[in-house]
Amino acid sequence: MNAVAYVHEQLTPKKEFPKFKAGDNITVNYKIIEGGKERIQGFRGDVIKRQGTGATQNFTVRKISDSIGVERTFPLLSPNIESILVNKVGKVRRAKLFFQRERSGKSARIKEKKMAVATV
Amino acid sequence: MKAIIGKKVGMTSIFGTDGKQTACTIIEAGPCVVTQVKTKETDGYNALQIAFGDKKDKHATAAEKNHFAKANTPAKKISREFRDYSIEKILGESITVEIFTEGEKVDVVGTTKGKGFQGVVKRHGFSGVGQQSHGQHDRQRAPGSLGNSSDASRVMKGMRMAGRMGGDRVKLKGLQVVKIFPEKNYILVSGSVPGHNGAIVFIQK
Repeated sequence: MNAVAYVHEQLTPKKEFPKFKAGDNITVNYKIIEGGKERIQGFRGDVIKRQGTGATQNFTVRKISDSIGVERTFPLLSPNIESILVNKVGKVRRAKLFFQRERSGKSARIKEKKMAVATV
Repeated sequence: MKAIIGKKVGMTSIFGTDGKQTACTIIEAGPCVVTQVKTKETDGYNALQIAFGDKKDKHATAAEKNHFAKANTPAKKISREFRDYSIEKILGESITVEIFTEGEKVDVVGTTKGKGFQGVVKRHGFSGVGQQSHGQHDRQRAPGSLGNSSDASRVMKGMRMAGRMGGDRVKLKGLQVVKIFPEKNYILVSGSVPGHNGAIVFIQK
């Protein structure tokens, strides 16, 4: 095992998250400290980027808030991330969706991937 | 002074309890062997010569082999002298990462990556020449004037110009020891250290 992987295994706490990729709509529940108190806040949007490996992985979520685009990048293994929920699985052809920044309204929608449902 | 010789392995980042991410460098340091003890009586000053990294027997000269044989060790790649070593060590004794403690501030000495022939903007931080528009010709990164006119009639010594950059010995002061792995001889220091992965660095205090 190489040194970086070894240090990562020793120091970064194990975390289990559902599988998600660029184009998926997710909710990130993360801890914030407000007035000395800790609470959980959600951030719901589309994943436009996943980057890195091991302890230095991060991902960027983009949402439209009051018609203004807001992006937030989270380190995947940050202790401040409480949970990640996958709301929709998107159908996209790229790994990095930076073209979404130039789009708004109808053209900024991401198609949902239809999952095969078992029929009885 | 206490010091150890190591090899830069790579960089990663770790999370603090408050969620802050800190970039740190992994250095594989030691185990080093004390190959010579110099004292005030015999050599005029106190110092410890320590060596790191095994050398293949066929690559070692007879002089090297005999020198290292005094410390009862095979020939080593790197040996370096450190003056006034604060820990009492005898010939042949080994030095491991455990001479440092977590949270301690250390200095790291290394050789920076070679950058080749570089201009003054990258090499000396010049800001380049003026504007890009308004008739400015294609000399945005030029050094400008080198000095005076007929009064000196020469360029002053030490004028900063383009040239070879990098490959310099650099000492970074006050890096924090974040974590020590004695079982693997790894030491994690905060921030970056000079040189490429695999470069030899000296950690000292």
